[in-house]
Amino acid sequence: MQKEAAIREPLILGDKSYSQITEDVMAPIVGSPTMWWKVLITISGIIAAWGVGNILYLLGVGIGTWGLNKTVGWAWDITNFVWWVGIGHAGTLISAVLLLFRQKWRMAINRSAEAMTIFAVMMAALFPGIHMGRIWQAYWVFPLPNQFGSLWVNFNSPLLWDVFAISTYFSVSLVFWYIGLIPDFATIRDKVTGGWRKKLYTALSFGWSGRAKHWTRFEEVSLVLAGIATPLVFSVHSIVSMDFATAVIPGWHTTIFPPYFVSGAVFSGFAMVLTLLLIMRKVMGLEAYIHTKHVEYMNIVIIVTGSIVGVAYITELFISWYSGVEYESYAFINRATGPYWWSYAIMMTCNVVSPQLFWFKKLRTSLMFTFIMSLIINLGMWYERYVIIVTSLHRDYLPSSWSEFHSTFVDLGIFIGTLGIFMTLFLLFARFFPVLALNELKTILKSSGENFKKADH
Amino acid sequence: MNFVFSKRAKITTLVLMALGVIGIIGGLNSHNPHDHGGQEFWSNLLVCGFYFFAIALGGLFFYALQYAAEVGWSSQLKRVFEGIFHRNIPAFSLVLVIVFIASTLHVNHIYHWMDPGTYSEFVIPATVEGEHSTYTDNAEATGAQVNLGIDKIIKNKRAYLNEGFWWARTLVYLGVFIWFGNWFRKKSIEEDALDGTTLHVKMFKRSAIFLALFAVFSSTLSWDWLMSIDTHWFSTMYGWYVFSGMWVTFMIFATIATLYLRDKGFLPKVNDSHIHDLGKWMFGISMLWSYLGLCQFLLIWYADIGEEVIYYQQRFENYGLPLIVMCIINFVVPFLVLMARDAKRNPVFLRLSGCLILIGHYVDVYLLVMPGTMHGHSHYSWWQPLMFLGFLGLFVYLMLNSFTKAAMVPVNHPFIDESEHHSI
Repeated sequence: MQKEAAIREPLILGDKSYSQITEDVMAPIVGSPTMWWKVLITISGIIAAWGVGNILYLLGVGIGTWGLNKTVGWAWDITNFVWWVGIGHAGTLISAVLLLFRQKWRMAINRSAEAMTIFAVMMAALFPGIHMGRIWQAYWVFPLPNQFGSLWVNFNSPLLWDVFAISTYFSVSLVFWYIGLIPDFATIRDKVTGGWRKKLYTALSFGWSGRAKHWTRFEEVSLVLAGIATPLVFSVHSIVSMDFATAVIPGWHTTIFPPYFVSGAVFSGFAMVLTLLLIMRKVMGLEAYIHTKHVEYMNIVIIVTGSIVGVAYITELFISWYSGVEYESYAFINRATGPYWWSYAIMMTCNVVSPQLFWFKKLRTSLMFTFIMSLIINLGMWYERYVIIVTSLHRDYLPSSWSEFHSTFVDLGIFIGTLGIFMTLFLLFARFFPVLALNELKTILKSSGENFKKADH
Repeated sequence: MNFVFSKRAKITTLVLMALGVIGIIGGLNSHNPHDHGGQEFWSNLLVCGFYFFAIALGGLFFYALQYAAEVGWSSQLKRVFEGIFHRNIPAFSLVLVIVFIASTLHVNHIYHWMDPGTYSEFVIPATVEGEHSTYTDNAEATGAQVNLGIDKIIKNKRAYLNEGFWWARTLVYLGVFIWFGNWFRKKSIEEDALDGTTLHVKMFKRSAIFLALFAVFSSTLSWDWLMSIDTHWFSTMYGWYVFSGMWVTFMIFATIATLYLRDKGFLPKVNDSHIHDLGKWMFGISMLWSYLGLCQFLLIWYADIGEEVIYYQQRFENYGLPLIVMCIINFVVPFLVLMARDAKRNPVFLRLSGCLILIGHYVDVYLLVMPGTMHGHSHYSWWQPLMFLGFLGLFVYLMLNSFTKAAMVPVNHPFIDESEHHSI
C-alpha cells in the first residue's frame, strides 16, 4: 500500500468527498456561462478576429507586408513559432515526465496544461504555414511522391526534421490528452440529463463503462504514451534549436543549443501554465485543487529551468570569448552592446535574474507575485528568441549588408491575433471540457486530501 | 544495523589495490617509444582519478537532489549514497591534485597551455647544451629573443587559463564538494538521534544551495580539467556532457552497491520497487548521456567548421574502434537491455549491463583525455587496466568502510515510512 509522509502538504484542501470533486469540476459545464467567461471570450474573440484579418491580408498581399529585409530574413515569424512551441512543452512535461516521476500534484494541472500544449502547437504550426506565401501548397513540406506535383523534400534540412518532430509531437499530445479525457467525459455523460449535452458527451466518451478492464487498459496506455511522450519533450525543441545550430552563423552555431532550448521551453511553458491557471482557479472556483503548494512546486520548476537557461547563457557568452573566434566573440558583444542591447537586457533580466527571486519562500508562495513573474517570463522568453534570431542576423559579414529590423502592424497583428485565437480555444475548453482530471484526482483524495490526512495522524 | 565489512570483501579490495600498485609501478616504467616523460602514465592517472571522482561527485549531486526534490522512495538508500561519496570525494580529490601538481611543475605535459613556450612573448635560449630555454614577457631581459613558437590562441586564453586562477578554481571546487559532503554526512548521522524535522528542513535548504553551486562548477570543472587539454578546441555542450557521464556512472554504482547490500541482508526493507527505480535511473540517464553526446557530435559534424571538427577527426582517426564500441555499450546496451520493466527488476540484468556500461564510461573518460595528451600515440598495455582495478579497489574499500560507520538504514527520516511502503 502506498503511504504518504505526514510532512507532505495536502494536495486537495478542505473537506472534499468523491462526489464533490465531480460536482466542482462539472459546475461550469452544466451551469450557464459566468459574466467573467463572457467578457473574456468576447475580448479574445475580437483579438482573434483581428489576427485572422491580418493573416488574410498577409496571404493576399504577400510576405512583404512583414518587416523582413534581405539581411534579416527571419524575425517575428520564427520568433513566434519557437515561442509557441516552447510554451507547448510544459503540457507534455507535466503529463508525461511528471507522471513517470509519480508527482501527484500534476493531477490538478495536467488537463489544462495539455490543452494549452495542443493549442500552443497549433499556433506554432500556423507560422511556417503562412510564411510559405502559397499556403495552398503547404502540403509540400511532406515527402510526397513527385507525381503529386511537388519536389522531393530535403532530408538534410532541420526544417524538415521540424515538420516530423512537430507533427509527431502534436499527434501524441492530442492522443494523450484525449485518452485522459475519456473517463471524465463518461462521468459527465452519466451525470447530465438529456439534451444535446448527453448526446455530445456520449459520443465523446467512446462507450467507456468504467469496468476494471477498461481501467487497466487505460493505465497501461497512459504509461506507454508517457514513455513515448518523454523523448518527444526532448526531441521537438532540440530539433527546433537545430534550425539555428546546424548553421554556421555566429550566435547560432553552438553545441549547447538543444538541451538549453528544451530547458527554456519548459521554463516558458510553466510560466504560461501559471498565467492561465492563476486566473482559471479564481474564475472557476478551483482554489481547493490548485492552491499555493501547486504554485510553489511550479515556481521551483521555474527556478530550476530558469537557472539552467542562465547557465547556458553564461556558457555561450564565456565560450564565445574563450574560443578566440573573432566572429563568435563579436556576435555576443554585439548582442549585449549593439543596437539591440535593450532586447538582450530584457532577456537577461526576465529570464535569469528575476526567477532567482523565487528562492525566497515568501515570494514563491505569493500568488500575485507569481502571476506578475509569469508574465515577465513569457515576455523574457519571447525576447530570448528575438535576440537569438534578429541580433544574430542583422549584422551580416559585409558591413554594407548591415541592416535593422522594423516590425510592421502585420507582424504585430498576427502575433497578438494568435494570442487571441489561443485564448478563445482555451476558454472554450474551460467551458465544455472537464478542466481537472477528476477521476485521477479521486485516486489521491484519501492519501493527499486535507481531511483524510488530518484523520490519519 | 551497521554493515559488517566481511573478510572476503576486505581481501578482495586489498588484492585489487595491490594490483593497482603493480599497475602504477608498471606505468612509471612503461616503454612507449612515443611517450616522453611518463605522459601516458600521468594521463592514465588523470583518467582513473577523474572517473572515480566523478562517480563520487555524481553521488553527492544525486543525494542533494533527493533532498531538494523531497524524494521519498530513496530515503532508505541514503546511507548507500553517503557511503559512495563521503570518503571517496576527498580521496580522489587527492589523486587529481597529485596529477595537477605534477602538471604545474611540468613533470607531465597534460595541459599544453601551462607550457610557458606557448604564451610568452620572448625566449632566452639555453646557453648550455641539454638545459631548457627560459621564457619571459620582458623584452629587456638579457639574451631575450622574440618567441616564434608562441601560440596566439593560447595566449588569448591566458586570462582564464593561467596557473594561479586555475588552481584557485580547482581548490574552490574541491573545497566546496568536500565541505558539503562532510556536512551532509554529519547531519545525516545526527538526525538518527533526533526527533522532529528541523534538521531535515535544514538539509533541504542546504541541498538547494549545493545544487546551485554544482550547476556552475560541474561545467567549469570539466572545462578546466578536461576541455583545456585540447586547448584550442571548445564546445558549449562539453560541461553538460561530462556531467551526464558522472551521473550515470554513479547511478550504476549505487544500483550495484544496493544489490550487494540487499543480498547480504543489510537493507531488509529494500524491495523490487526500489531496484526498479534505480534501474530506471540507469536507463534514463544513459539516454540523457546519449542525447547530449549525439547533439554535440551532430552539430559539429553538420556545420563542419575546421576548428571544431578536429576534435572528432582525431578521435575517429586514432581511436575509432574504442569510440564506436563505447557508443554502442553506453547507448545500445541500456536501450535494449533496460527498456523492459522486468529487466529493471532483475539483479542479473542490472549487474551485467551495469558493469558493461561502467567500462563503457571508463572508455569515454579515456577518450576525453588521451587523444589530447597522447595524440595518436597512446598504447593500451597491461598496466593500465591494473591501475583502473587498483583505484576501483580503493573506491570500494572506502565505500564499504564508510558503511560500517553508521546504521545502514536511517531512522527519523521523515520519508522513511514512505520508502518502506514503496510499491510500484
